[in-house]
Amino acid sequence: MEDVKGEPGVIELKNVSKLYDGSNEVALEKMSLEVGQGEFLFLVGPSGAGKSTLIKLLFREQLPTEGVINFENKDITKYRKRDILEYRRRIGMIFQDYKLIKQKTVFENVAFALEVLGHSPMSIQKKVTEALDKVGLSHKATSFPRELSGGEQQRVGVARAIVKDPVLILADEPTGNLDRDNALQLMQLLEKINDEGTTMIIATHAWDLVDRMQKRVISLAGGKLKRDEKGGYSDE
Amino acid sequence: MNRHAFRYCMRQSMQSLSRNAWLAVITSGLIAISLIILGGFFLVTTNVNQFIRNVESNIEVSVFLNEGVNETEIQQRIEQLEGVVSQSFVPKEEGLYDFGRNMGDPALLRDLEGENNPLPDLIRVRVEDPEKVVAVAETINTYPEVELVDYGEELVARLMQITGRLNFLFLVLGVAIALGAIFLIVNIIRLSAVARQEEVVVMKYMGASDGYIRFPFLMEGMVMGWIGTVVAILTLGFIYFRLTSSFSQDSLILLFQPVTDIGRLLPIFIGLMLGGTLMSAFGSFVSIRKYLKV
Repeated sequence: MEDVKGEPGVIELKNVSKLYDGSNEVALEKMSLEVGQGEFLFLVGPSGAGKSTLIKLLFREQLPTEGVINFENKDITKYRKRDILEYRRRIGMIFQDYKLIKQKTVFENVAFALEVLGHSPMSIQKKVTEALDKVGLSHKATSFPRELSGGEQQRVGVARAIVKDPVLILADEPTGNLDRDNALQLMQLLEKINDEGTTMIIATHAWDLVDRMQKRVISLAGGKLKRDEKGGYSDE
Repeated sequence: MNRHAFRYCMRQSMQSLSRNAWLAVITSGLIAISLIILGGFFLVTTNVNQFIRNVESNIEVSVFLNEGVNETEIQQRIEQLEGVVSQSFVPKEEGLYDFGRNMGDPALLRDLEGENNPLPDLIRVRVEDPEKVVAVAETINTYPEVELVDYGEELVARLMQITGRLNFLFLVLGVAIALGAIFLIVNIIRLSAVARQEEVVVMKYMGASDGYIRFPFLMEGMVMGWIGTVVAILTLGFIYFRLTSSFSQDSLILLFQPVTDIGRLLPIFIGLMLGGTLMSAFGSFVSIRKYLKV
């Protein structure tokens, strides 16, 4: 496996399997994977291939049935409540449905990620302004999510993820609700953020974007790893 | 939670209250209604108890003395008995006069004055509560100077029975109404938390601790509870004092004097205040617990 930036692994999966309660089908089977610092990685595959399950495991929203998931050489499956909070504070998450808080303005939605961390108002002001600037939404700071287009809302989601300078960003179908142009813009934005050193793991169906970006692609089918190489969506 | 986070939480609570103003108004209103019912019940109970106590304190033990006995000496002994509030001596001349007056004309009984007066001297004894009446009466009855003791045995027994039943009824009703109010308030607050469950989930995803997420909800719940309670207390207070002032003007109702002593009303109002606020906080606490498991 090619370790793109040659840094030590941020994420390491060893023989990870996931079986949902009351289901005989394995969502993930004996999956092993290493993701280096600063890598840009696509998780692709048909629906039910295990992409979302993998993202949920990495976000520590679910626990694997067996196996080890290391983050910076510590097994996150062994984390206690306190550790999970700390872990989530160090990683950014981008959702298909944006998950913005409707009652909060764009600025407040982004600021929120830092308020949780107990940053001072001054530091919040500075960092949020920078993050909104980076995603090109400074002029919408006082708008509410309902006043924004889908593409803009997702960029707020990205700003919220990057504002705390995360080591790793997990994205579950981030372009799923966006049109082609907005989707492409978003991917370019994520690539720019990756260039600054943030590791990116993106689960997606958007084969055209994956083809275009030419990054490392992990292809899953039926819960198993089918392909792991740099290139396009399919192996032809 | 550091200082910044705390300040943020406070601001967050106030902001969310103002942005969900209608929800807050409805919630406070419903809390007010349930507390008005509960508080109204307590006020009625207090007044019924007061009424019973008035009736009870009107129970007297009549002590009829033998001829030619020194009443002062007996009065001193009665004074020592437990539960005796006051006593008054009614000489037989005065008894005869009262009797005559009750019959319509004291002159009718003129023939019975002086040596012919058939009435004994009388001491009226007031006892602080009906449970002690029997003991006091029986003790006095053992004095050799006493001819007869009368204290309306049946009335006392009946009163004690009614009081016992009423107290039990009030206890059951009180518990039921209080539970109803708690249930209502907890559920009202729960509705307002359901309306914001998405927010809680996002907070969890951002790595917010449970305490951090809960805090603004607790604050909001308490503020809504507090507003509801103040409204309830003002409404109850207004209605109550309007009613009681119209009662006291009506001198016909002698025994029923409503409680206006602030020392006895204050605990009810303070209790409502604390209860309403705490119940709302508890409601918030319980309501968001299930959304915290992400």
